[in-house]
Amino acid sequence: MQGSLQSSSYKQLEQKSKYTNIFLRWFLYFVLILFASYFIFPLYVMIVTSLKTMEEIRQGTLLTWPSGLNFDSWAVAWGGRGYGAGDTYLKPYFWNSIKMVVPAVFFSTFIGAMAGYVLTKWRFKGDKWVFLFLLFGCFIPYQAILLPMARTLGVLGISNSVIGLVLVHTVYGIPFTTLFFRNFYVSIPSELVKAARIDGAGFFKIFFKILLPISTPIIVVTVIWQFTQIWNDFLFGSTFSFGEAAPIQVALNNMVLSSTSVKEYNVDMASAIIAGIPTLIVYVLAGKYFIRGLTSGAVKG
Amino acid sequence: MKTLKIEELSKNFGATEVLRKINLEIDEGNFLVLLGPSGCGKSTLLNIIAGLETINEGNVYIDDYNVSKVEPKDRNIAMVFQSYALYPSMNVRENMIFGLKQAKVSKEKIEEQLGKVSKFLQVDALLERKPSQLSGGQRQRVAIGRALVREPRIFLFDEPLSNLDAKLRVEMRREIKKLHQQLKTTVVYVTHDQTEAMSLGTNIAIMNHGVIQQNDTPENIYNKPSNTFVADFIGSPSMNLIKGNLKQSSDKISFVVNGSNFEIPINGYNFKEKSNLNNKEVFFGIRPEHIFFKKSNETDFEITLRADLSEYIGHEQIITFNYENQEVLAKFPSTIKIELSKDTKLYFDLTQVSLFDAKTEERI
Repeated sequence: MQGSLQSSSYKQLEQKSKYTNIFLRWFLYFVLILFASYFIFPLYVMIVTSLKTMEEIRQGTLLTWPSGLNFDSWAVAWGGRGYGAGDTYLKPYFWNSIKMVVPAVFFSTFIGAMAGYVLTKWRFKGDKWVFLFLLFGCFIPYQAILLPMARTLGVLGISNSVIGLVLVHTVYGIPFTTLFFRNFYVSIPSELVKAARIDGAGFFKIFFKILLPISTPIIVVTVIWQFTQIWNDFLFGSTFSFGEAAPIQVALNNMVLSSTSVKEYNVDMASAIIAGIPTLIVYVLAGKYFIRGLTSGAVKG
Repeated sequence: MKTLKIEELSKNFGATEVLRKINLEIDEGNFLVLLGPSGCGKSTLLNIIAGLETINEGNVYIDDYNVSKVEPKDRNIAMVFQSYALYPSMNVRENMIFGLKQAKVSKEKIEEQLGKVSKFLQVDALLERKPSQLSGGQRQRVAIGRALVREPRIFLFDEPLSNLDAKLRVEMRREIKKLHQQLKTTVVYVTHDQTEAMSLGTNIAIMNHGVIQQNDTPENIYNKPSNTFVADFIGSPSMNLIKGNLKQSSDKISFVVNGSNFEIPINGYNFKEKSNLNNKEVFFGIRPEHIFFKKSNETDFEITLRADLSEYIGHEQIITFNYENQEVLAKFPSTIKIELSKDTKLYFDLTQVSLFDAKTEERI
């Protein structure tokens, strides 16, 4: 068959594949734009609604453009209306969440790094089993530990406090952070540790001076993961805290559900956005360092 | 006093025996190469000398002092690794002085050592660079420098050249040799590359399956391999091991291959023990480079074999001959024309022959 094709039929084939390519390319764009708008739509509605007055919301549709940049509902969501009882707003709970998330992320990341270091560079008898049990911790559903954890917090006297939530999130985060760091340190040649031992560095010195300085990429990954998990957590927050000790996600829920009179959609939307902003910031800031860590090639000695 | 002495050393990982009853001694200033195929235990042995692995049985002495349970940093050794193992977050200067800083050496002394060594290894222009900004050869030099500044009693090298490309490897090999000639520090060097071992070592210990097969000078390893493993491992192509029998009559002794008319006289061979040689089944070992295409010595033995295969490798060629269905390889200059499938006259240099017991595979 080959060779018997005339040059004219080659031309036809060429034309045909050209049209097919153009069609496929446009089809690809169409699908991509479709999905992109599908995902951007809720965000658009949230932002637009948060900038409208209640009057505008009642008269217009979901998609209507707001009459102007009106941040009143944001101010209400953050700082309240200023009159007495029943006025729930996010500000105190936002700081609750910050007080919870910063130590919880720090401790879980640090302990995970240490555990990963020991499991890869200071192997001991049965270390595989330890790792296996830690992995098991990743698969236990949150709901399964609610009761024992509530009891534990009660015994320790830290239920309904930020410290209690820090402890819960740290403990629950360790399996994941250990997994991350263990998988990262496994790829670092053990000869580094051997060289440092001959140079006279001990367990902690090797960790802090040799391994931690090259762990930036995995630290960033772990921090992003832990921050998102802990900041967005609702179950632990609503179970182990109430009233003034609650984190922001619980407060958001209370705000939206406890409105007695009219549903203030604009305030609800502004609150939801405020509750989501810190995670966004972490992604934007840390993402940059993440890329930098990956591209610097610092890991390979 | 021996700089390093290893006594009845055994090591196992669980049920796997890695080293078995190793005995080894090195005199001051010697260059010992541990050579063997991968998995023979040579790196484990080096790690044990460094103190990075524990011992199951036996002892390690440095300068007659039992260091078996001494921490690596207190053994007065320094080690160069295959992956260089430079600390990625530190620059060259910090890498080189890290050990001295741990040992709390005074600032002036550190600077003095660093200046001396970095100049000596020509890395003084690179001191502020990070390891990732160095080439393979430079990293290697820095790794050696990091070992040098500590002025150790023993240098340990763990396959330091195997990550380099072929050309650089030859250069660095020469540099290590020069380094040793100038410093005269005792060295233990692990490699699987026989050329490296031959060119660097004053002594070579060939290992297989956790046992030292032969510990000798490079010349003796090459000329008088103590068993068929060593004979086969050293040389490229390796030594021909021709199976046959010894024939002893009055004071004449010769080697005969079954079915062959040739009786190779080996009266000149230096037997370890001269009794019970008649009809003994043996391997007749001769290196490809000791088979000639024309007579050069009076003692050369003339034999006619059929040429089967020719491999051209530039400056020389390797011809495979058929000796009663056993392959015999010979190395000739590539200028010689050998016709294939034809009987060719060859000359065995009988002064370079090794004989091994076919059962025990030991030299006789």
